Amino acid sequence: MIKLEHVTKIYPGTTSPAVDDLSFTVPTGEICTIVGPSGCGKTTTMKMVNRLIEPTDGEIYVLNERGEMQNVLEMDPIILRRNIGYVIQQIGLFPHRTILQNMGTVPKLLEWDNTRIRSRAEELLDMMNMPHEFLDRYPHELSGGQRQRIGVARAMASDPPVMLMDEPFGAIDPINRNLLQNEFLRLQQEIKKTILFVTHDIDEAIKMGDKIAILNANGQLEQYDSPAKILSEPANEFIEDFVGADRTLKQLNLIRVEEVMDKKPFLLQSTQSVEEALQVMDEEGQDYAYVVDSDRRLQGYVSRKDLKEKSGWIDEYTTTAATSLPITMNLRDALSEMLMVDYSTICVVDNRDRVRGTVNTAMVQEALMETHSSGKREEV
Amino acid sequence: MEEKTSFWSRITFSDIVDWTLIPILMIGVVISVYIWLLLPIEPGSMEANIIGDPVSGFSNVWASVLQHLKLIGISSVLAILAAVPAGILITREGFRDFADIILGVANFGQSVPSIAILALFMGIMGIGAPTAIFALWLYALLPIVRNTATGIDEVSADVIEAARGMGLTNRQILFDIELPLSFPVMFAGIRTASVINVGTAALGAFIGAGGLGNFIITGIPLSRERMILIGAILTAVMAVMVDWILGKIEDRLVFRRE
Repeated sequence: MIKLEHVTKIYPGTTSPAVDDLSFTVPTGEICTIVGPSGCGKTTTMKMVNRLIEPTDGEIYVLNERGEMQNVLEMDPIILRRNIGYVIQQIGLFPHRTILQNMGTVPKLLEWDNTRIRSRAEELLDMMNMPHEFLDRYPHELSGGQRQRIGVARAMASDPPVMLMDEPFGAIDPINRNLLQNEFLRLQQEIKKTILFVTHDIDEAIKMGDKIAILNANGQLEQYDSPAKILSEPANEFIEDFVGADRTLKQLNLIRVEEVMDKKPFLLQSTQSVEEALQVMDEEGQDYAYVVDSDRRLQGYVSRKDLKEKSGWIDEYTTTAATSLPITMNLRDALSEMLMVDYSTICVVDNRDRVRGTVNTAMVQEALMETHSSGKREEV
Repeated sequence: MEEKTSFWSRITFSDIVDWTLIPILMIGVVISVYIWLLLPIEPGSMEANIIGDPVSGFSNVWASVLQHLKLIGISSVLAILAAVPAGILITREGFRDFADIILGVANFGQSVPSIAILALFMGIMGIGAPTAIFALWLYALLPIVRNTATGIDEVSADVIEAARGMGLTNRQILFDIELPLSFPVMFAGIRTASVINVGTAALGAFIGAGGLGNFIITGIPLSRERMILIGAILTAVMAVMVDWILGKIEDRLVFRRE
């Protein structure tokens, strides 16, 4: 848990505060993204937590491994920083040190022995899906994306409960950024760190955050809420503008197809006879039907027109489906897939290509209407 | 990792050239000096009195070489001891204001002609090696102070911020991060200062500090070209060798980015 109470920062020589009376709590194991226009004090806020910047007023508490709330302003800043993971946009790997030495920086300060540092470093590389050979390489031998992963791994080396991340994926190209974001979210499911994550990109804030703190240009907190709530119930005009006119579409990012799909879709077995299939389609009033094998794996679809006055088994008349959606896909991506093909309904498949449900645009719309009317999505 | 082949098989032709070309050339020059300039010296002549007897050994030449090395060695080591801490100091928080003063003093040492510095301090300290060493020391300060400070300032701010954010103390940041990363630039300053000192030390002879300059300043009024050439060539050889040796040390110590 990270708790800020009436935190204010006024830089020497200025009169207006860079951060103005900020109070919010990041629950244990959640990511809180801080977002706002440039100069809103989001980085200042983050740096006050590990006291790279000293607050002018207010209190900051961090929950340590022993489950005690500690007032960071009463701690030795050096000890404090060694217990908080820190990742910056420019990564800041030490160019004269190997990846192993880089990752071992904090463990070494905490006086771990070399065997333990090495095994921890290997464990971290495994988490990041990187080969162990990297341990003896130097940062300049790695690509930008790999360096960023090492930067994150280095911050996690001593397994600190709290991490601060300052635009960690900001300098990465969009494709790799998306990849790194997804990887990190997956990792977070396991490591459950309490994270303060600074970004200037509202889309990133929505994607990464369990909670979002939006600051205005005067360093005041405008809204602190879950992404769904911020999108469906922006507190004021500033938030509405900041989130953008497409906030309804953005909400689709937060919902996965799994949540809206028809979980008991109408399906045919590839071993059914044409006659039987036509009869079932008549009963259900369907012109088209998806066909699966005995393992529920998607084979394709059949249409009533194709089957009419035919005999034999339906797998002879099955057409391959142009697309299917992975079950973990978000609704925004799913909708864009749906708009690309002229099927009214698309199959949702799991990672073994088994049909788990079907989805159509009406279901997407219904889900949106629901969030809008109740703004209750965050409990889902 | 797979590159653990034997040491010898990894040596390439260019490595061999890199390691032997300059020393072999310089040995060649020294041998030529011996054959063409020293061997023809007649025993008992005035040159033999000053330079030494080519048959019984060139005690004077050798003594001058050692004296020259002593002048540059002592002054360079003292300069490093003074200038590196000064260079570090002016990059520290709270001491940046002193940068101008310290660089100003060092600049003074550099911009006044070396011969004038010698003359100036001869007036204060008298003649002899200590005065020459002091002047050489002053002369060597600037490149080292400036390069040390520049090297440290050039260390990426991101690296420092990451280090501070991970809980390194100021001392650890200096010794583990800033100094290793600024070492190439700092060492380049030391190398420059040392090489310049070899040449400047030849002027030490004017104030009785000895060294290879003796042959030159004695040879000029006597119009003995042989004497002048011995002083000039050996000084040049020493400068080239000091540069080469420091270059090799640099290769060993300096972390390579590429």
